[in-house]
Amino acid sequence: MFLIAATVATIATLLAVTRANAMHALLHLIVSLLAVAVVMFTLGAPFAAALEVIVYAGAILVLMVFVVMMLNLGRDAEKRARLVIQPAAWIAPGILSGLLLGVVLTAILNSPARTAAEIVPPKAVGASLFTTYVLAVQLAGFMLLAALIGAFHLSRKARDDVEDGA
Amino acid sequence: MTAPVEPALMLAGILFAIGLAGLLVRRGLIFQLLCLEVMLNAAGLAFVAAGARWGQPDGQVMFLFVLTLAACEVAIALALVLQMARQFGGLDVNLLRRMRH
Repeated sequence: MFLIAATVATIATLLAVTRANAMHALLHLIVSLLAVAVVMFTLGAPFAAALEVIVYAGAILVLMVFVVMMLNLGRDAEKRARLVIQPAAWIAPGILSGLLLGVVLTAILNSPARTAAEIVPPKAVGASLFTTYVLAVQLAGFMLLAALIGAFHLSRKARDDVEDGA
Repeated sequence: MTAPVEPALMLAGILFAIGLAGLLVRRGLIFQLLCLEVMLNAAGLAFVAAGARWGQPDGQVMFLFVLTLAACEVAIALALVLQMARQFGGLDVNLLRRMRH
């Protein structure tokens, strides 16, 4: 189960990063996130897996889908994207990130193998969240509020825009 | 039934590398955001795997905060994307060269 999910996640992410059409890429990324949720489930973290599906795939990615549909990028954006993602463009970034990946993988492979201890129930997560990390929860709330106000402010029409239009 | 932790950490590394390569190559703002999402998600997966290794809830708590961060980042970034599409007529970051003049 883990292997299948990990393979699906890797392939779907590769497809998501290499598509020229934004909508196709987003849908591939949703598949990838669902596969990562399965991986988290097999790791004994059902709460994180549920949050991955609900918040990541269900809210964040759908928000991006909405924006892409709203902007209605059309064919020439896709054509321009196709120009950028020629195979030659991938060589240097591929080498760089491949090197980094190699370092990480050797570090992981050289450590002794361990398995996950046991399933961590949502109850334990909630108890930890609201005792040990209660200050961090408050800060996360402030951050969400700041993001809300910031997004509201940024997505208004700029003042001189309005005057130009008038 | 619980899975071994090392393959999960490796998967997180692979996803992060894919996201990084994509971020360097792609020029569309939406795609760069998408690659950032991939990278944040990989970091969250690493947190969950590390938490699972010790059987402690802390990993999942940290994943929750990464999730919050990703939500904030997407909200702000999409607002900026809308502004850019409105003012520059496209989402290619090369269009932003005009900001120099």
